[in-house]
Amino acid sequence: MRELLLCPPDYYGIEYEINPWMSRAHGADAALVQKQWKELHARLSNLDCDVHLISPQPGLPDMVFTANAGLTIGRKFIPSNFRHKERAGEQPFFAKWMEQRGYDVNWLPENLYFEGEGDALFGGDALFCGYKFRSDIQSHRALADILGCLVISVELVDPRFYHLDTCFCPLPDGSAFWFPSAFDEYGQRAIREQVTGLIDVLPEEAMHFSCNAVVIERDIVLPEGAPRLVATLQDRGYCCYELPMSEFIKAGGACKCLTMFMPQREKC
Amino acid sequence: MVSETIELRGHIIDSLILPKVLDQILTHGANFKIGEIKIGERRADQSFARIEVSAETSEALDELVLRLRQHGAEVIERANVQLASAPADGVFPSDFYVTTNQQTFIRFDGKEIEVRPAMINSAIALDRKKESARAVKFFDVNKGNEIVVGHQGVRVVPVQRSTTHTDIFQFINTVVDADEPKSAIIRELGEELRRAQTAKRKIAIVAGPAIVRTGAADHLVRLIEAGYVDRLFAGNSFVAYDVEHTLFGTSLGMNPDLAFTRGGHENHLRAINTIREAGGIFAAVRKKILTRGVMYACVLHDVDIVLTGAIRDEGPIPGVTTDIIEAQKVMRQKLADVTHVMMLATVQHSLAVASMLAPAAKTVCVDIDPAAVERVVEHQPLQSIGLVTDVEPFLRELADCLSESRVRE
Repeated sequence: MRELLLCPPDYYGIEYEINPWMSRAHGADAALVQKQWKELHARLSNLDCDVHLISPQPGLPDMVFTANAGLTIGRKFIPSNFRHKERAGEQPFFAKWMEQRGYDVNWLPENLYFEGEGDALFGGDALFCGYKFRSDIQSHRALADILGCLVISVELVDPRFYHLDTCFCPLPDGSAFWFPSAFDEYGQRAIREQVTGLIDVLPEEAMHFSCNAVVIERDIVLPEGAPRLVATLQDRGYCCYELPMSEFIKAGGACKCLTMFMPQREKC
Repeated sequence: MVSETIELRGHIIDSLILPKVLDQILTHGANFKIGEIKIGERRADQSFARIEVSAETSEALDELVLRLRQHGAEVIERANVQLASAPADGVFPSDFYVTTNQQTFIRFDGKEIEVRPAMINSAIALDRKKESARAVKFFDVNKGNEIVVGHQGVRVVPVQRSTTHTDIFQFINTVVDADEPKSAIIRELGEELRRAQTAKRKIAIVAGPAIVRTGAADHLVRLIEAGYVDRLFAGNSFVAYDVEHTLFGTSLGMNPDLAFTRGGHENHLRAINTIREAGGIFAAVRKKILTRGVMYACVLHDVDIVLTGAIRDEGPIPGVTTDIIEAQKVMRQKLADVTHVMMLATVQHSLAVASMLAPAAKTVCVDIDPAAVERVVEHQPLQSIGLVTDVEPFLRELADCLSESRVRE
């Protein structure tokens, strides 16, 4: 059974603007926020996942996006070092929560920005890591030192897809679906060399955060608005659950951003 | 050129970070040299590369390095040079750094300072106040001067083979033997000289007496008249031969224009005496004593004449610098802005000039002796052409080629 970490959206809202999706002029609908999040929580729980909840904190509206808490491998937890001060306050809550549950907390040097599972996703035997907008490439080397695995660093070039999990979603069979133009040409080549059976997501579907999906073996939970992608995934034998995510997309997040695996992998 | 050393670590091969960094260096007009590279053996192993990045200006380098840092490049701080005081006038401290003729930089107080001029077989003196470094010969150094010792903090930038275009110098880079064809090379050389002339580069000729003796003086005059010679380096004897030929039609008693002649060395000495009596080359031209020949053409077409002496010289002819230290200084000064040099049929002067040239200068050495050509070409291995041939057919063909191209225009 997969264990996941979610955070109820009690204090969620668009209170600042740190990515192109955020606009304080277009706030989230509080009732809809609760409805959409509960639907995600219910869906993941129904997929035979053990869903843990961390207490939300006032003044930390983005704490709901637990994917950015850090990266968990086995019993190791590597907390994030947030680039934006608006989110930096989340770090001690997540680290303390994981520590209290017996995880071995491995801190990265303070001067290296790293935004957790949002920028670090396993595909095959490699850990794919995005850099430039939020995480520094230097943090990838530190991850490789801690984990001892192959880390493929890919540069993100489209500010709308500022985290790796907004444009790249590995699948358990070693393939992945992705939005190629979110990466520079070297990143695209590196991914193509490492990943077979890639599924390109159309730009209009990528804009619905379709790549921001939670994959639990053959089940995929993703935001609605990507019929072509869903059809392709179904052809490959996956079961897709499309959820409304409009209120979280206003902050630049969706299903995957709202979820952290505990752990993402048992070992490298 | 200024440079920094960067290091890349991690999975830089599989992530294509190494090719990305190298491509960025080149697309920003900079160059790189990979100093060390270690590639991980297993997939999980990290790799390492140490790369020297050089750019035209420190601003361009700073901007580039800033970009490369985004991709994980770390800048390596280099050590400063070590210095010691010259123990006496004309004496370097032991273990002084001996220069090459390549562009050289020293790092002092965290900054890179270019050593000027780029001069082979010298030491490097640092002026702390001016933050300048110069290559100094024995006679340049005074007691107490700060001289670079050891190799630490010294960086040499060899002239690189161009990756964007090939001119004849970079294409050939070798010696063309006596039994190999030369016409195509001479034509290419003609084109290069035309380009140099159009770009107002400085072309120098180092002339040996064989030019006159083989009857090639008129071909050289044609080059001078066409404006392909800015500076002439020669010895006392070249002038003596040229004047003798002009005044008496002989060269060391031989008439190059006749198959068989009789004569003696006396014409040679009479020629020298005539110039001494006139008060020098310029005076002899002014007084219409000299009315043709290479020296006459040089005076007429404002070619800068640099004459230096040797022990067995007769005379000397006025204007010849006979103090060898002084001669070195003058030659060095007159070679500083020279970009193209044709060294024709003189081993001693060619070797002297080659040892003083800037590393970027392009050289052609023509001599009938293969060993002489080899020795001269060694000084500029990336920018030199050596032709083993009698100098007369070379100069005739080159002058014909340049006259033809002028006609075509």
